[in-house]
Amino acid sequence: MITDVAPGSGSTMPVQQRRRGRIPGWLRGVIWAVVAIAVISTASYSTGVAALTSSNTAQTALRLALPILLCALGGLWAERAGVVNIGLEGMMILGTWGAAWGSYNGGVWAGLISAIVFGALGGLLHAVATVTFNVNHIVSGVAINLLGLGVTKYLANLIFAPISGNPRQSPVVPKFDTYSATFLSDWLGDLEKEQRVGISDVAGVLRGLVTEVAPLTMIAIILVPVSFWILWRTRFGLRLRSCGENPVAAESLGVNVYLHKYVAVVISGAFAGMGGASLVLLRGGADYLENQTNGRGYIGLAAMIFGNWRPGGLLGGAALFGYADGLQLAGGGEAVLALLYGAVILVAVIVVVQLFRRQWIAAGLGVVGAGVLYAIYWANDTLPSDLIPYTAHFVTLIVLAVASQRLRPPKADGQPYRRGED
Amino acid sequence: MTSWRTKLLPPLLAIVFAVLLSAIALIISGADPLQAYGTMIGQMFKGSTAVDTVNLATVYYLSGLAVAIGFQMNLFNIGVEGQYRFAAVVAAIAGGAMKLPPVIHVIAILLVAVVAGMAYAAVPAILKVTRGVSEVISTIMLNAIVAGIIAFLINADQFGVQRGNNIGTRVIEPSGRIPGIPLGSGTLFGFVVIAALIGAAYWFMLNRTRFGFELKASGESTTAAAAGGVSAKKMTLIAMLLSGGVAGLVAMPELLGRDYSYGITATQMYGFTGIAVALLGRNHPGGIALGALLWAFLDTSAVSLEQINVSKEIATIMQGIIVLSVVVAYEIVRRADLAAEQRRVGRALAGRKGSSVAEGGAV
Repeated sequence: MITDVAPGSGSTMPVQQRRRGRIPGWLRGVIWAVVAIAVISTASYSTGVAALTSSNTAQTALRLALPILLCALGGLWAERAGVVNIGLEGMMILGTWGAAWGSYNGGVWAGLISAIVFGALGGLLHAVATVTFNVNHIVSGVAINLLGLGVTKYLANLIFAPISGNPRQSPVVPKFDTYSATFLSDWLGDLEKEQRVGISDVAGVLRGLVTEVAPLTMIAIILVPVSFWILWRTRFGLRLRSCGENPVAAESLGVNVYLHKYVAVVISGAFAGMGGASLVLLRGGADYLENQTNGRGYIGLAAMIFGNWRPGGLLGGAALFGYADGLQLAGGGEAVLALLYGAVILVAVIVVVQLFRRQWIAAGLGVVGAGVLYAIYWANDTLPSDLIPYTAHFVTLIVLAVASQRLRPPKADGQPYRRGED
Repeated sequence: MTSWRTKLLPPLLAIVFAVLLSAIALIISGADPLQAYGTMIGQMFKGSTAVDTVNLATVYYLSGLAVAIGFQMNLFNIGVEGQYRFAAVVAAIAGGAMKLPPVIHVIAILLVAVVAGMAYAAVPAILKVTRGVSEVISTIMLNAIVAGIIAFLINADQFGVQRGNNIGTRVIEPSGRIPGIPLGSGTLFGFVVIAALIGAAYWFMLNRTRFGFELKASGESTTAAAAGGVSAKKMTLIAMLLSGGVAGLVAMPELLGRDYSYGITATQMYGFTGIAVALLGRNHPGGIALGALLWAFLDTSAVSLEQINVSKEIATIMQGIIVLSVVVAYEIVRRADLAAEQRRVGRALAGRKGSSVAEGGAV
């Protein structure tokens, strides 16, 4: 058990912290956001595709980012406690059914609570399998995805089919009311119409984010700093994370590892359930529909990995995937092609940074990548319409391929743990 | 150490448990479980259900083998789903375009399928080996993307042919088909023989070749295998490609034995079933065959439940419960065996007077 702590790891940690100490996390986030908006608005003006920064795109992106964000948060809680949760998808499906059922019978808040309960039940099952019975985490997750789909189909057949006449769909359910910051929204709308370089783009994106916002959206976004605070600033959070880093050491210091893992995985399921609710209970989205999650649970997991198992990072990941998804929905093939142009600019920026750092090979690869992307952009007027709906998936793959070398998962992530055994 | 108990008891326990839990679900929804199960078993002897079950099991068996190869190397190839669909559409397009003499035509199509499956598996394999991207995430993304690729390729602008409401690839000439074996009122796929051969080859590779040993060793412990001169990266790459190659064959029994054309509405989810079947069969070729038969039985006989007004999704629930409870059952039996062995050793040691120093005992 002592061999787990390699002699090197003790000395590298302070170095990392010192490096991170130079630029605080929030500042780094702000810099990334500024770079992203700058790149997108440049692309928007160079290509003449206004959809890249329109408030409509931003609004759709926000709605589509929510389930991904909530799933990523769920993944964060489970994996920080050392349990890989690939069952998020199944828990999310349970959440969609729970949301529709609760909302139909008792209004939106009942729907939200019922979605949370359904998701948490899925989480509890995952905890029983992985923590108590030491089942391989991925195997259990896959089984839960199967089970979540089977149970919801069965329940929908049993309860929704007589009301809606269609076993694949729920009756129309109440949705959350939306609120706008009216003055701000109008002012930003005027700015957006003026089409001034830079300012109008920022205004468009911001307007999309403050117009017609549902309470669930606000709750979800607030949950990011709340999760950070609980996991990194409280005693409970420290113990929970210690279960994911080195459960044997945690146990020896008196932490109840089983309990913390149980709590973490149940909370994880609850978040996934909320993610399901955000598909059903927001305006613009469908009611309960079979297969409506469409792999978003997995994308959430990818967003979390992209975000290096940290709340701020996963927020960025969810925003990226939500944006890619919202863009293809709001703008179509033309907009995705413009996004490609934006990617070329981004790669060019990265190449300059790498040259500055004297990383010649990375810079060379970047030049080649940018060249290929630009060739695709230059050769096509629009992308094949059959492939456009998968923009977010392509972006996920590419981003993971480019970004995953400096990631640091929790040390005991996915490993079985039994009290008294090493 | 591995008695018949550790091997056979867990799956049986899991099936019994699943039957009991599903019975509870049936009772809650107001149906008679005995009648439901009776209908399912009775369906087995009606019409061509038995032959259909074996045919479907052939498909599941190939998919299970593909997943099992990954499991041996501790790789979780969720991507079998994407790999087999990609291979199916590519092989169907190639097969429809080729004009070759009978047997060679079939072999050419199968080769194309294997290579296409490998190619689609190469993406996550290379990403994992060179960039450290989790194969679970990358294959899930590729599984989703494959639907877009199929829609794109089958589009009438590319290789598709419109037939009524369905759009599919060009029909494969009779020379490229595998003849079936007439049996009762149905036709057994000729591919059953090929699937059995692949199962035998899988067994031989794992248990009788050096490569199989290295694969298993590397899967058990990459560091230990690396100390023995086995590169984990190389093994990961090869295992993923082999897995993808077998996955490429998954759709072939239906393509070359029944459909002769890959349509936009072709059945999906065989890859995910393969995961369950491989788990059920504990990666053993014989076990996977039994698992595939069980799964196929649940699928084909569930249709009959509609006759007695029971939702056929109960079969899906049953399958989910079986997967989860089979792994739990293995763990419980393993722990019980471990405890029994500890007791046995304890008894054996207590009976002895303590060995002398020369025998390795304590002073």
